[in-house]
Amino acid sequence: MSTPVLSVRDLVVEIPTRRGVLRPVNQVSYDIHAGEILGVVGESGAGKSMTGNAVIGLLDRPARIVSGEVLLGGEPVHQLKGERLRKLRGRKMGMIFQDPLTSLNPLLTVGEQLTETITEHLDVGQSEARRRAIAALDEVGIPAASQRIGSYPHEFSGGMRQRVVIALALCAEPDLVIADEPTTALDVSVQAQIVALLKRLCREKGVAVMLVTHDMGVIAEAADRVAVMYAGRLAELGPVREVITNARHPYTAGLMASTPLASRGQKRLRQIPGAMPRLDNLPAGCAFHPRCDRAEAACRQDPPPSLSACDGRAACWFPLTDKTKATA
Amino acid sequence: MSAIVKVSDLTRIFDVSKPWLNRVIERSPRALLTAVSEVSFEIEENSVYALVGESGSGKSTIGKIIVGLVPPSEGHVEVDGVDLATETDAEKIESIRSEIQMIFQDPYASLNPRWTVRDIIAEPVAVRGGKTDGLAERLLEQVGLSGADAGKYPHEFSGGQRQRICIARALAAGPRIIVCDEPTSALDVSVQSQVLNLMSDLREELGLTYLFISHDLTVVHHMADKIGVLYLGGLVEEAPRDRLFDDPKHPYTQMLFDAAPRMDAFGREVEPPKGEIPDAINPPPGCPYHPRCPIAVDRCRKERPELRRLGETRVACHLAE
Repeated sequence: MSTPVLSVRDLVVEIPTRRGVLRPVNQVSYDIHAGEILGVVGESGAGKSMTGNAVIGLLDRPARIVSGEVLLGGEPVHQLKGERLRKLRGRKMGMIFQDPLTSLNPLLTVGEQLTETITEHLDVGQSEARRRAIAALDEVGIPAASQRIGSYPHEFSGGMRQRVVIALALCAEPDLVIADEPTTALDVSVQAQIVALLKRLCREKGVAVMLVTHDMGVIAEAADRVAVMYAGRLAELGPVREVITNARHPYTAGLMASTPLASRGQKRLRQIPGAMPRLDNLPAGCAFHPRCDRAEAACRQDPPPSLSACDGRAACWFPLTDKTKATA
Repeated sequence: MSAIVKVSDLTRIFDVSKPWLNRVIERSPRALLTAVSEVSFEIEENSVYALVGESGSGKSTIGKIIVGLVPPSEGHVEVDGVDLATETDAEKIESIRSEIQMIFQDPYASLNPRWTVRDIIAEPVAVRGGKTDGLAERLLEQVGLSGADAGKYPHEFSGGQRQRICIARALAAGPRIIVCDEPTSALDVSVQSQVLNLMSDLREELGLTYLFISHDLTVVHHMADKIGVLYLGGLVEEAPRDRLFDDPKHPYTQMLFDAAPRMDAFGREVEPPKGEIPDAINPPPGCPYHPRCPIAVDRCRKERPELRRLGETRVACHLAE
C-alpha cells in the first residue's frame, strides 16, 4: 500500500497540572490514506479533539506532545515550530471547526479571507487567487459565488458559513483535512447537506479526512474506518461496518447499544453504568473496567495492550468475539 | 383519557424592530417575528407529547408559553381547564403553577453555581412556604444520586448528574406535567440513555405527563406517544408515534426522516435536502415550506394550508393524502 497521508504513531500528549500530569492522549496510533474518511468517536473528554489539535499543531500550552510521532506524507511534523509549522498549516493540512461563526474573521469579507489563504500558500497573483476563491465557494455549493464573495460572515446562515469554512480549509489544496464536529451546531437537514459535501470533496480531491464527532449516525454514513476513543486511549479501530455491527470492545458495544436507534421497540434503553473517569483520577488497569461487565482481575491490574501491539482491532484483555456474543 | 393541557390557536409575535431613532432615520419599518403561529394541540394525561423541528421552528417558545415564562400574543393555554392568562383566582393559578415544571437544555447554565444542591432542589417548595426537611435528600435518591451529596455545589457534578439534579428540582413541587426542553442534547450518548431511562421510570412511578421538546428524531421515537412536527412556527403534522414514523404525510416530515443520519446506512448516498429554513420575519407567502418542497404546486405558493385530519394524522399540506 502507498504511504498513508497521515500516520500517527504512539502519540502521547501530556498536561502538567498542580494535581499531577494528565494524559488526554495516550499511546494513540492510526493511519489515514488519501481519499479516506477516518471517523473518530468518543464521549466528551475522551481526547478526540485533543488528538486532532496535536496533529495540526494547535495544542495550547501547557499541553504538549511528549512522545510518539506524527508523520504527514512520511515526513515528521510534530516537532515543527513557528514559521515552518505555519507554512504547513493550511497548505498541507486544513481544519474545520465546530462553530463556523467563531472560526471566521467577522471584520473581513469571505473573499478576503479566502484570497489571503490562497496567496499565502500558493504561488499565484491577486486576480488568480480571486478566481480560485470564487471557484472554491462555487464548489462547496454557495449560490451566486461571484457576488457572495464580497459578503461578510454575518450575512451568511449557519449552514452557508460552515460551507465557507470548508472552502477555506480546502482552498490551498491540502492533503489532510481535520473536521472537528463540523455538523454539531447545525440542523438535521443542513447536517445532511454538509456530510454529503464532505464525502463528495473527499472522493473527488482524494483528500484524507479525519472526522471527529460524537454522532454515530454521521460516522456510519460518512466514514470508511472508525476509531473509538475512551479516556485518552484508542479502544477500538476498524472498518465502520464492522465496528458498528460487530464491536469487539465492550465499551464500543455498550455505546452502540445505548443509542436510541439501536434499541428501537424496546421499552428501556441499554445503558452503560457510571460515567467516564476524570483524567486526574483514572482507575488502575483498563480505564473502562469499573463500568465493564466483563472485567476480571487482569483488567484491574494492567492496562490492555495498545492497539498497535495487539491484533489491531480492540484494546481489551477479553474482547468480544462471535463466540462470546452467541452465548451472551 | 382526558386532555390535561389544551393549546388553542397559540400565537406569539416578537418585536425585533430596530430602535425608534434608527427606524425614523433609516425609514425602516417595524420588524415582527412570528415565532409561533396558530398552533393547537392537546396533551393527554400520563402521555408523552413531543414537539420536533429545526432551530427557529418555535418549539422552545411553545414550551415557555405553556409554563408561563412567556405570555402568548394570542390564543390560550388551558391546564386542567384553567387558562393561566385570564384566570383571576390567585389560589387556582398558584396550584396550577406548581403542577407544571420545566427541565432546560443546558444543565450547566440552569443551576445556580452559588447554591448548594439542597437549596436548589428545595427552592420550588421553599418559595411557597412548604416544609423542606429531608426533601432534597429523598429526591436525590429518587433520581439515582446519593442523598449525602446534598451539601455539594453544582460544579462538583458531571453533566449527566446535573441533569438529574434538574429533574429532582422539577419533581420537588410535586408536578403533574413536566416540560422538557431538549433535556439530553447536551449529554453524551451513554449518559443520555441513563437520563432517558430515568425519565421513563419516573413517568410510570409518578404518573407524569411530559411535553418533550427535541430536534433528535431517534430520542423522540423512543420517548413519545404523540408527535407534533413544527416548521417556521406552525404545526405541519401531528400523529401518534408509529403512525408518523411509518407513514409521514407532510413533505417536510419526510425530508426530516430522510436527512437524519442512520446507523445502519453505511456509506449511504442521499440527495441532500435543498435550502434552509426561511427568515421568520419575512416568511414566504402561502405554505411556508413551498420554496423547499419537491412537490409544490401553484396553490402552495398562494394559499396557506390549514391543518386537516387524515385518519389519526393531522397534516397541513394541500397535497397530502
